[in-house]
Amino acid sequence: MAINTDKNSYTVIFAAIMVVIVGSLLAFFASSLSEKIQENERLEKQQNILYAMGVNENEDEGSVNFVSTDKVAGEFKKYIKEQLVIEGDKITKDDNAYLIDLKKQETEAKAGKTRKLPLFIGEKDGSKYYIIPMRGKGLWDAIWGFVALDNNLVVKGVYFDHKGETPGLGANIKQRYFMDDFAGESILKGTEYAGIAVAKGNNDPTNEIKDDNEVDALAGATITGNGLSAMIKESVKLYKSYLESIRAKN
Amino acid sequence: MALLSKKDTSLILDPLADNNPITIQVLGICSALAITAELKASIVMALSVMFVLGMGNVVISLMRNIIPSKIRIIVQLVVVAALVIMVDQVLKAFAYELSKTLSVFVGLIITNCIIMGRFEAFALANGPWRSFLDGIGNSAGYGLILIIIGFFRELLGSGTLLGYKVLGDPIEKTGLYAIGYENNGFMLLSPMALIVVGLIIWVQRSRNKALIEEN
Repeated sequence: MAINTDKNSYTVIFAAIMVVIVGSLLAFFASSLSEKIQENERLEKQQNILYAMGVNENEDEGSVNFVSTDKVAGEFKKYIKEQLVIEGDKITKDDNAYLIDLKKQETEAKAGKTRKLPLFIGEKDGSKYYIIPMRGKGLWDAIWGFVALDNNLVVKGVYFDHKGETPGLGANIKQRYFMDDFAGESILKGTEYAGIAVAKGNNDPTNEIKDDNEVDALAGATITGNGLSAMIKESVKLYKSYLESIRAKN
Repeated sequence: MALLSKKDTSLILDPLADNNPITIQVLGICSALAITAELKASIVMALSVMFVLGMGNVVISLMRNIIPSKIRIIVQLVVVAALVIMVDQVLKAFAYELSKTLSVFVGLIITNCIIMGRFEAFALANGPWRSFLDGIGNSAGYGLILIIIGFFRELLGSGTLLGYKVLGDPIEKTGLYAIGYENNGFMLLSPMALIVVGLIIWVQRSRNKALIEEN
């Protein structure tokens, strides 16, 4: 029996059945895998935070190597001594502060609510690291990262990541040679929170000058770079009152 | 008996050269210029398209007699999108690292004109096995060009291949850089991908005169 595939009623029924089948297939995949995906994302966040404070498996040069996924939960407990949530003047401890969704907090802040600012205090070899999560805009989509500061607001390490920057250009913000340049630069210029700019035409490509608040930009990734500079500046500024209290203690 | 008949072999081999989707049919140019700044991305993209086109062609071919012709483009789109999302979800759960490398390509695969083109031109009229071969052949032809472009752009633009510094270190001035060689940053920008495609078309047509159209 041949089916008349040109009939309107057939077209509508076909479309309806297809939508139901594909919809339930996708829903099944999404719900059965979501637990595993969330677990992966949680571990990745821990890896990123540890990476920023220099706990990683990097060898001499080249690629980025995180603490392996089976060890990360233990290492995270060992190195991250405190997780704080700063809400206006109120500072609370919260062991799940690293799960706070920065994007959600951003929208809440726009709606007039006080945003929750997570901050992680790490300790390695006797020195303290204040790790601040960041979120900003690249060229195509969101970029984010973590910056680890010492108590003089000098950068000890960073980690950047992105959702959809161009491979080979903007996507290189997560390369070792770019991220390593940030270590040693100061957020402060005098007493101003100047951040660290990704500068083109920087005449210091090997990054030996550490007090210029600048690192060398990536060729062909101007907008990603500008977004990254803005992200560092704006994100760190949010923590100004807390960071000032640390500086006052020194 | 050979594994593939002569006709089947040509399904795979034709798109590699004389009927290449990029250089002859001029399809899939958009992704060819978007992700070829480095070789690794080109290879990943080539493999992803191969998987999606191979699978998609089979699915469409199996459904070819029941798809209403009025909404066939939408049906094709749904098949590609569903396939790509499912693969993405599975990778996120079981190969998280790989899925992060792929994330940027997911959108590009769905909109790749080669995929819709093959569904429309081949899978709707042929059986599943031949459609599968056609999908593999076309995506291989696409991938081949992508890898050639990626090779030249990464080599001349960044002086690296797959991330390895093959020409020496541009900052420490070793290797080729010691004698004054400089990377051409222009190779990293998307217009250069089109110029490289143009050069490939030029070489190909000057070697095979039959490809030149009469005016």
